[in-house]
Amino acid sequence: MGEIKASYVRPLDIKHGRVDMSHGSGGRAMAQLIEELFTSALGNEYLGQGDDGAVLPQVRGRLVMATDSHVVSPLFFPGGDIGCLSVHGTINDVAVMGATPLYLAASFILEEGFPLADLKRIVESMALAAHTAGVPVVTGDTKVVEQGKGDGVFITTTGIGVMRDNLALSGNLAQAGDKILLSGTLGDHGMAILSQREGLKFDAPIVSDTAALHGLIACMLDCGASIRTLRDPTRGGLATTLNEIAKQSGVGMMLHESAIPINKPVEAACEFLGLDPLYVANEGKLIAICTAEDAERLLAVMRAHVQGQQATIIGEVLADTHNFVQMTTKMGGRRIVDWLTGEQLPRIC
Amino acid sequence: MKYIDEFRDGELAKTISTNIAMEVCADKNYNLMEFCGGHTHAISRYGLTDLLPAQITLIHGPGCPVCVLPIGRVDHAIKLALEQDVILCTYGDCLRVPASNGLSLLKAKARGADVRMVYSTTDALKLAQQHPEKQVVFFAIGFETTTPPTAVIIKQAQALALKNFSVICNHVLTPAAMHAILANEGGAKLHGFVGPAHVSTVIGSRPYEVFAYDYKKPVVIAGFEPLDVMQAILMLVRQVNDGRAEVENEFTRAVTREGNLKAQALVDEVFELRDEFEWRGLGTISNSALKLRSAFAEFDAERRFGLQYQSVPDYKACECGAILRGEKRPQQCKIFGTVCTPENPVGSCMVSSEGACAAHYTYGRFKDVAVMAA
Repeated sequence: MGEIKASYVRPLDIKHGRVDMSHGSGGRAMAQLIEELFTSALGNEYLGQGDDGAVLPQVRGRLVMATDSHVVSPLFFPGGDIGCLSVHGTINDVAVMGATPLYLAASFILEEGFPLADLKRIVESMALAAHTAGVPVVTGDTKVVEQGKGDGVFITTTGIGVMRDNLALSGNLAQAGDKILLSGTLGDHGMAILSQREGLKFDAPIVSDTAALHGLIACMLDCGASIRTLRDPTRGGLATTLNEIAKQSGVGMMLHESAIPINKPVEAACEFLGLDPLYVANEGKLIAICTAEDAERLLAVMRAHVQGQQATIIGEVLADTHNFVQMTTKMGGRRIVDWLTGEQLPRIC
Repeated sequence: MKYIDEFRDGELAKTISTNIAMEVCADKNYNLMEFCGGHTHAISRYGLTDLLPAQITLIHGPGCPVCVLPIGRVDHAIKLALEQDVILCTYGDCLRVPASNGLSLLKAKARGADVRMVYSTTDALKLAQQHPEKQVVFFAIGFETTTPPTAVIIKQAQALALKNFSVICNHVLTPAAMHAILANEGGAKLHGFVGPAHVSTVIGSRPYEVFAYDYKKPVVIAGFEPLDVMQAILMLVRQVNDGRAEVENEFTRAVTREGNLKAQALVDEVFELRDEFEWRGLGTISNSALKLRSAFAEFDAERRFGLQYQSVPDYKACECGAILRGEKRPQQCKIFGTVCTPENPVGSCMVSSEGACAAHYTYGRFKDVAVMAA
């Protein structure tokens, strides 16, 4: 009996092929998909072992774990795609806890009929993002659902990181008198996505800000400023994130509209659609709450980092049992910046 | 951005604010109604009341399309969506308006109804072309601003001979509502109106002249930007002080006396006056709304599906009616901020960000409680 040559297994037809149910069946087709598409792109010593889980080296310190599901539509958007987004999102969730992100796990739910070429693009984007961030994807899973039961690709990523010693960051630590810092412009991600939505396409030079922030965060923690809270204002935007912190900490806040940086095209697109940029999602920005005496120093450190060049102090924490987040407007008035109600819907006239 | 920053200039606002403060008479009250929800929104969002002296009271008017929509009309849409297997499309704010049986279009959607939010009427027409196997119904709402686009798609649907497209027409008329408010004796004592912005681009300033001349109420048409509102208030203060009652136009960059004649002709071609229409809060007002002319009857969803209007009373404790008439303020409603919140609106004024209650809840409720300063 002659040996079956490896080359007899036809390679995946990435160019024309599509995901079918056999890719999720646990058989040869699935093994081939994983090997040729996932492992080859994401490859590292842990993933390469091909086991059900990854055995990782011992870590000294407290562990932080975070998980995030990504269901973005469209899958590809100006400035990124669901692949890099799923890496950045989870790295940021780990990093804002004050931890150094170490490893990621990724779980894919693929819809039958999804083009392999698109899947390859997504996986390669994910690999590049993980590689750039220095946080490998060490284990993963793939499932296939019938056509019509998914939206192309859903990706869930889980991250593990190790906490710095003697560090405690939490949304419940903000105190009256603290300063609120923002690392850059608001609304870029959400508006980049909206600009591509079916039935709404508009041409605007808006690019998603999707990025891993652990580098910036490391610089901020290294400088020794007394940071109480770090958080990335993703869904629901700055307004929602600050309301969460105000509630957790039992404080109020006062923001200053003129200090909040917003890119002109984002501002214009929001205006056009009747949206408030304070509620639009970001994927590469962070909020820091820090003691008043260290705020300027922290701001300088943020501005020295490429991801924090436009950082500003946007307001202060107040004592307020109602936990209102308020804002002085550019017009000189005052208003509440409230929790988001439902989805942000466009106004009629 | 060009034409945004210019009208949101904080320094200019201060100057106007100072002028207003200098010109108001200490012993006079200025009860000014901003008719439009767009103005209500701008006033709340930019905190403009903080820039006004105590003598000036801004009273929110009924010019918020979803706020004046009575429950019975929303019930029509929900019934069609749930029972007739249609694709029901409408503008975003409409989806959350509370209707009978604890339903809204959004809740009907969760029960399996095919309800879609559209940004424009042409999107509604596109849906009909994309789904020839389904009936597509556009739930059209709004004042004169949104009426011409509805007229356009009805004409397009006719030109395309579409058999699966129709409109529930809820378009209402601004001057009729202003008449109703002024005719309501015992209602709010008003000294002037901040006149509609976008509505006036269509109908012009002429229809308001009757309010100045017959009712002796000053009207200043204003844009929706914060500086527009401030400038209009200053102009109203001057009219009141001078004892004048005129229609003045602050929004000259977009509004003329005659308005948009083409849009008016288009609306007139497609629509005619309804004998009467029920408004939430204002009750049934004759000649206050539009319906499709018989030449376009096949696109009239009320005729196509045999919809019979049934008036449904508002929730008992809800004060939306009095608020829409300018008789009460949101915080005077017992259920404001407790039972009725933007997450669980009981009345329509808590739905749209242009609604008086939602605007006050979202932007201004800190004024109702003593909050410690920094």
